[in-house]
Amino acid sequence: MTVVFLLILVSLVVALGFLAAFLWAVRSGQYDDDYTPSVRILFDEKQTEND
Amino acid sequence: MAQVEKFHYDNAIVRNFAYATMIWGLVGMLVGLIIALQLIFPQLNLGIAEVSYGRLRPLHTNAVIFAFVGNGIFTGVYYSLQRLLKARMFSKVLSNFHFWGWQAIIVAAALTLPLGLTSLHEYAELEWPIDLAIALVWIGFGINMFGTILKRRENHLYVAIWFYIATWVTVTVLHVGNNLELPVSAFKSYPVFAGVQDALIQWWYGHNAVAFFLTTPYLGLMYYFLPKAANRPVYSYKLSIIHFWALIFIYIWAGPHHLLYTSLPDWAQSLGTVFSVMLIAPSWGGMLNGLLTLRGAWDRVRQDPILKFMVVAVTAYGMSTFEGPMLSLKSVNAISHFTDWTIGHVHIGALGWNGFLTFGMLYWLIPRLFSTKLYSEKLANTHFWIGTLGIMFYAIPLYWAGWTQSLMWKEFTPDGFLKYGNFLETVTQILPMYAMRVVGGTYIWPEISLWYTIWSRRSAPARSLATKQPKRLHWLARMACTKANTGTAGWKEGLFKCFYLRP
Ligand code: HEM
Ligand code: HEM
Repeated sequence: MTVVFLLILVSLVVALGFLAAFLWAVRSGQYDDDYTPSVRILFDEKQTEND
Repeated sequence: MAQVEKFHYDNAIVRNFAYATMIWGLVGMLVGLIIALQLIFPQLNLGIAEVSYGRLRPLHTNAVIFAFVGNGIFTGVYYSLQRLLKARMFSKVLSNFHFWGWQAIIVAAALTLPLGLTSLHEYAELEWPIDLAIALVWIGFGINMFGTILKRRENHLYVAIWFYIATWVTVTVLHVGNNLELPVSAFKSYPVFAGVQDALIQWWYGHNAVAFFLTTPYLGLMYYFLPKAANRPVYSYKLSIIHFWALIFIYIWAGPHHLLYTSLPDWAQSLGTVFSVMLIAPSWGGMLNGLLTLRGAWDRVRQDPILKFMVVAVTAYGMSTFEGPMLSLKSVNAISHFTDWTIGHVHIGALGWNGFLTFGMLYWLIPRLFSTKLYSEKLANTHFWIGTLGIMFYAIPLYWAGWTQSLMWKEFTPDGFLKYGNFLETVTQILPMYAMRVVGGTYIWPEISLWYTIWSRRSAPARSLATKQPKRLHWLARMACTKANTGTAGWKEGLFKCFYLRP
């Protein structure tokens, strides 16, 4: 069942990658404001032209 | 003096993907309907290998997953990403490469699968040249997305974007992992692993394809389009962030629940079960977050077909993510595995969650993309109800069929022999359920209505020329009414007003 360990390894690498992303997000202040982003997405700037 | 910066979003690419979603949705589901019919009337195989059940089934799954849902994802991503980041897509060339490349891959799939060219991995049947093309196009999409993220004018990455990123990263890894194969000719290759090892790779892929193609991108779409359609912020943004990170860290480990009772080591099977059960928490957190977004707006849900589509979609997500963990328990899987219960589970997710969210999104998006109003709210409502009935007619008979099969397979005579030793006996027993599933094929209807919405956009000014408002009447009167309404607007318009809307 060598493949089990291969899969665990690959999955772990992916998981660690996401962990790094999570730490980056927290440290860089992405989550300092956990309310207004949800409101801001509701405002779209007026469209002047279609292309 | 500082100048106000001006830029435009690329709406053309969104429109293209929206068209593609609708075309392939129609094709994929028609093929679904055909194979559903073939299960009752085997004559429909016509004795031609290319259109027989075994060839068309993978065509159905590939078409609905990668063509319908795939293009649906890209439609939503290209629309929302630009607005969330306040930036135009990174590269127009890459956008077009992505669009045309993806459609070419779909056409290649539609040609090779009926010809029987397959690498035999479920949901990854395509042969190696197409696999390479997929990798290339997918990477193009990735560069385009990350490029846009890098040049964004908005510092905060909204939760939907995280879902898109996770989708991209994981699908890349899965696609490469499951398609490690040795080509022996232009259209034949063999996987590098064999036996149970190959099976484990396959279901690590298969499960995560469900997780990262049918679920996470659609959660991203839900977190963008549901608040937009309801015009209110998501119930709890904090919860959405927790939803994302919890889901990501748990999902990857649940794959072995597809291999219960196989020769896979017991500990790996149990691991799959444990993580599957844990998945209920973030999944239901997400579902509740979606539904509670509509608190205090239920009066609008009653009116607005778009919100109705979305409510059913989110509810179906909740149902299949509760059912899934139950199916992962060995005692339940002993009943469900190999039966139509699995097919029922699949289509609650596919038709309810993916399909209805796509329809809700498109009904919301199309008027905006074409700067117009929805052609007919009533039409959209009708289709919502027909679609919902379609889901019920699909799922309920199959649950019934699943239990029937399972009970019959496990029934013994007093002497200890199998009571229904002949497999065919269980098949003929569930034919009525298969017939009802075909009725569920009415689900395709919303697709046709979407087409009407677009098509009628062209005749929008003519619409106001419709003369009389017809009354509820005999069909002869409706014919007359059709005639009266057939003017510059054309006969379609008259037929539609007088027969379809039934005023
Ligand atoms: C009108 C709509 C549809 C009809 C009539 C339909 C019909 C079918 C049929 C007859 C099968 C084969 C079942 C069997 O082997 O016993 C099937 C399988 C499948 N369909 Fe559909 N389908 C429809 C829509 C969809 C959509 C929209 C999706 C995905 C977004 C989807 C995803 C799948 C998948 C993943 C399978 C394989 C299930 C498995 O192997 O366990 N279907 N469908
Ligand atoms: C927490 C969430 C979920 C869990 C734990 C889960 C678990 C399962 C289990 C145990 C099976 C049966 C495996 C077998 O007996 O062979 C299964 C099959 C399947 N599920 Fe789910 N499920 C979940 C959510 C979903 C969702 C949301 C969708 C679709 C949008 C989906 C699509 C499928 C498909 C396509 C199959 C059939 C795979 C095949 O071809 O055999 N699942 N799932």
